[in-house]
Amino acid sequence: MPENGASAKAAPAKAAPAGSGLAAAQETKRQRTRMIIRAVGMLPVLLLLCIGFHVLSDGRFFTGQNIGIVVQQSAVNTVLAAGMTFVILTGGIDLSVGSILAASAMAGLIISKFPDLGALWLPVAVLTGAVFGILNGALIALLRLPPFIVTLGSLTAVRGAARLLGADTTVFNPSIPYAFIGNGALTLIPGVVSIPWLWVIALLVILVSWLVLKRTVLGVHIYAVGGNESAARLAGIKVWAVLIFVYGVSGLLAGLGGAMQAARLYAANGLQLGQSYELDAITAVILGGTSFVGGIGSIWGTLVGALIIAVLSNGLILIGVSDVWQYVIKGLVIIGAVALDRYRLQGSART
Amino acid sequence: MSEPILEMRRVSKSFFSIKALRDVDLTVYPGEIHALMGENGAGKSTLMKILSGAYRPDPGSEIRIDGQPVQINGPHGGRAAGIAIIYQELSLAPNLSVAENIYLGREVSRGGLLAREAMQAGVGPILARLGADFTPQTLVANLSMGQRQLVEIARALHARSRILIMDEPTTALSAGESERLFALIRQLRAEGLAIIYISHRMDEVYALGDRVTVLRDGTLVGSLDKGEIRADAIVRMMVGRDVSSFYKKDHDPQARPGAPVLAAVDIGDGRRVKGCSLTVHAGEVVGLAGLIGAGRTELAHLIIGAAPMTSGHVEIEGRTILIRTPGEALDAGIAYLTEDRKALGLFLDMSCLDNINLAVLGRDAKFGGILDRDKARERAKRAFAGLGIRAANVGVPAGGLSGGNQQKVLLSRLLAIGPKILILDEPTRGVDVGAKSEIYSIIDNLAKAGTAVLVISSDLPEIIGICDRVIVMRAGHIAGQMRRGATPLSQEEIMALATGTEQLDA
Repeated sequence: MPENGASAKAAPAKAAPAGSGLAAAQETKRQRTRMIIRAVGMLPVLLLLCIGFHVLSDGRFFTGQNIGIVVQQSAVNTVLAAGMTFVILTGGIDLSVGSILAASAMAGLIISKFPDLGALWLPVAVLTGAVFGILNGALIALLRLPPFIVTLGSLTAVRGAARLLGADTTVFNPSIPYAFIGNGALTLIPGVVSIPWLWVIALLVILVSWLVLKRTVLGVHIYAVGGNESAARLAGIKVWAVLIFVYGVSGLLAGLGGAMQAARLYAANGLQLGQSYELDAITAVILGGTSFVGGIGSIWGTLVGALIIAVLSNGLILIGVSDVWQYVIKGLVIIGAVALDRYRLQGSART
Repeated sequence: MSEPILEMRRVSKSFFSIKALRDVDLTVYPGEIHALMGENGAGKSTLMKILSGAYRPDPGSEIRIDGQPVQINGPHGGRAAGIAIIYQELSLAPNLSVAENIYLGREVSRGGLLAREAMQAGVGPILARLGADFTPQTLVANLSMGQRQLVEIARALHARSRILIMDEPTTALSAGESERLFALIRQLRAEGLAIIYISHRMDEVYALGDRVTVLRDGTLVGSLDKGEIRADAIVRMMVGRDVSSFYKKDHDPQARPGAPVLAAVDIGDGRRVKGCSLTVHAGEVVGLAGLIGAGRTELAHLIIGAAPMTSGHVEIEGRTILIRTPGEALDAGIAYLTEDRKALGLFLDMSCLDNINLAVLGRDAKFGGILDRDKARERAKRAFAGLGIRAANVGVPAGGLSGGNQQKVLLSRLLAIGPKILILDEPTRGVDVGAKSEIYSIIDNLAKAGTAVLVISSDLPEIIGICDRVIVMRAGHIAGQMRRGATPLSQEEIMALATGTEQLDA
């Protein structure tokens, strides 16, 4: 940190009060610009993508029906990415969300087939996710194991559990309760504007996440743990509790994602459901400007990131790019996003 | 007198609009130990970084070596000009051997393969000349701090450097190692090298310095020749005012003795701290002195539960209290200011507001967890006004502030708690003179208000200036303590206790 150190040392209180005041003002201005860039982040990219696809697809992008498809497709990933934001803000990672999603959906569908318990399937799915998430968190926080390793392990183990739950078959339930959340829409103006329930849930998740992160003590503690874990511990923050909470939230939201998928498909398969969803969720978070090392980022960025991924998938299909090339392009976007993260970190106070 | 080896004329360096150095002149002769002194932030490091090529001076600055004007560009420029820096934090790779470290970046190879034996043979004579008691094959990880410093010096000599810059070289050394280093430095002087010696320790400057140059606020205050070197003169040059007004101590626990608040009884961790006991009373400022590595920070960490205690216990206001985490220490009324504010204290990316309020967010929160943002903003603004924190507003990230202002932000966090006991670990390290004096008066006011304050410091004048009582640690033990009486505390006595020698012979 040559620059910072030098300017810090070079500001003796008495030497040049006017000069250091001016420099401080300049520094603030630069920081403010940096914060604006960070906050607006990828929003212009999202808008450019939308407009670009609209033009390239001869006006088929901005249609009510297509937008409906885009938001519906982004909903589950948005929910997973919200949980992932909590985790990555603490400097961790959760690779197991796809598997947890599958296991939760399986658990939910199985319960939904019991005549008396059927209506309980939704809370069961969410709780299943939360339990797996808390297990992840406990291993990371209490045994001090690296998050990458722990969740890599549960990525595999929970996938196995998901297959085990349905005896490795697909579980169907055409009459699953609350099916409307998967396929119905909330009508705002009859016949004109309606929002898919999946999207309503996703937006609610984002809103609640924002409240927790920005308006509660816990939120500040999450940022503090990600910004400087040792300092957080010395400041009296219960780091272990914060870690268990964030992995618990990530698991819980993966469970909710599982419920959303189950309601949409009326079915779940322990082997296929949620495969590599963790990658889309991580991509959304990083695209949204949350730093991989923790401590910096916002939930709104994550929403934008998730929308970029959905728009990219949808748009590439609209303009007829082959399936094979879609993979290549999306992969390059992930790398580009991390490169962006590095670039952004260079301007940060921490080096 | 011989021709100067190094002349710096009107050297200035600006960072944006701040002048870190302003028209500084420095002349160094071969065979001279030139001590460079000044408070933190006075510009010593900037000056040295210009010499090493890390910074480029402003136009109009002139550097001559052997009378020839030179441009020093990048680290290779410094090396090419014959300048070597021995850094405070040693820059050796511990996983490599001594020879490999000395040849680092200039490895000898034959046909693309490392010529290990040639390198070892090349290093041998230099190590012998320095009187090293290790071989070129030794892994640096197995060397003591003093031996590592020798490797650094060997590296400089191997590069045929003629100007050696040593930045606080004894910080991490034991007394014996320091003595051996001094002998070596004198030997190098006799061999005709020029040595620029940066130190805060007056005794070292007495012992070694042929000349002393003092910087303050980026400008040259002046130089003293050997015969003129006197502590009070140097301090006055460094501080720019009389020292007596610099340290503030109005509180007087002897006039109004307080009850014992913090007592550590026979505590230890089985490694760095061995059976230490100490007591701090309400309204008293107690200094904890000792050399680096004596176990002072470790002792503080035991008290606040940041490290596990293997023996002893802590009493607060006479009651034994079990403290297992820093959070529990806060609950018990003990706040701790870390010595390493960047790594262990501040959240550099977070706003000053959040940094200041962090420890009391829970206490202020509404409905058991919703932030009270008005209260937080109010508190941060009061801290800015009360402690004179200079930043554009409370919302800027703490990382952008100067060292002194960062320290005040961290201190505000602790003061917000309203602790009964405040443990300050090197409270003025890396802080400029103005902020230093402000921090002293904050400590003084806290003591007046009845807080028990324990100050860990390596800065002896500071300890003597602000403390009522000094406890000295040596090698994990309490070596002794002394009370401020009619006569001020003596720096020599503290050093004698800290080093275990009767008297430091210069």
